[in-house]
Amino acid sequence: MLDLPIPGNVLGMGLLLLGLMTGLVDIKWLEEAAELLLSNMALFFVPAGVGVMVYGDLIAAEWLPISVATILSTFVVMAVTGKLAQKLETPEQDNVD
Amino acid sequence: MWTDLVATPLFGVTLTLVVYLLAQHLYRRVKNVWANPVLVSIVTIILLLKGSGIEYHDYARGGDILLFLLGPTVVALAVPLYQRRKVVWQHKRPIILAIFAGSLASILSACGLAWILGGSREVILSLAPKSVTTPIAISIVEKIGGMAPLTAAIVVLTGCLGAVCGPEFCRLIGVTSPVATGLAVGTAAHGIGTARMFEVDRLAGAVAGLAIGLNGLMTTFLLPILMAFTNF
Repeated sequence: MLDLPIPGNVLGMGLLLLGLMTGLVDIKWLEEAAELLLSNMALFFVPAGVGVMVYGDLIAAEWLPISVATILSTFVVMAVTGKLAQKLETPEQDNVD
Repeated sequence: MWTDLVATPLFGVTLTLVVYLLAQHLYRRVKNVWANPVLVSIVTIILLLKGSGIEYHDYARGGDILLFLLGPTVVALAVPLYQRRKVVWQHKRPIILAIFAGSLASILSACGLAWILGGSREVILSLAPKSVTTPIAISIVEKIGGMAPLTAAIVVLTGCLGAVCGPEFCRLIGVTSPVATGLAVGTAAHGIGTARMFEVDRLAGAVAGLAIGLNGLMTTFLLPILMAFTNF
């Protein structure tokens, strides 16, 4: 409908958070349902992953960029996020160890 | 009769549920992060489908029903975010800036490495939201034109990697505070990493859980901007 680059579900998350913050939505209404969905979230990942079998040929052809990018980038993100967070958290304690 | 059953959505739903429950059981027994139930279920179902000659198309009739539930699950992420609003507010500066940097680093390093190694446009786009939790990553990838199932597999692998190596890697590079470690693993390895952080430290786990939602939001906004900038 609206041509926003934001997925509908992310928009929904933002709107719900806004509703909770402003008190328009009471957390009691949906706490249980949200807990049920979030604690079983891993199950919903499965069909998405099975779909990869359709792309077997493409993955075989591009296994190198896919695997190198996935592995190295995971460590890059942890290093950047962790180092920066620690620096910002304790700016004046740099020399204390 | 067998072929009739395969043609109903019930087949995909039942197969997924049974395999997933067994995989969860296995995970509890072996207590090895690499025996991640999602990873084990995906591999098992693919092998079963290939082995029996059942088309993916037939499985997807049921699989799509479960996949649909990812949508409301993303909306539900607002609840833990709201519940932890006090911790967030206390650490708002490191949280927002570090997750933003992590989100940017994830997109640039994943796409950059794939590009250098000669990955196709479709593969590069599918890698872009690799550190974001699957439901959000899939929505993002459908918007920008990658392959959702490839993204799902990459996201699950990223999660396992971060969960297995995250806390140890952080210690190795000198990141020791619970908030910083939680942010690092949560931003890089979303829900699977968060589960591991809860085993290590409760505050680290709470902060990691927060990083799931925030990283999802930031990547959602950052990616279209970066794509417009680089003309990709």
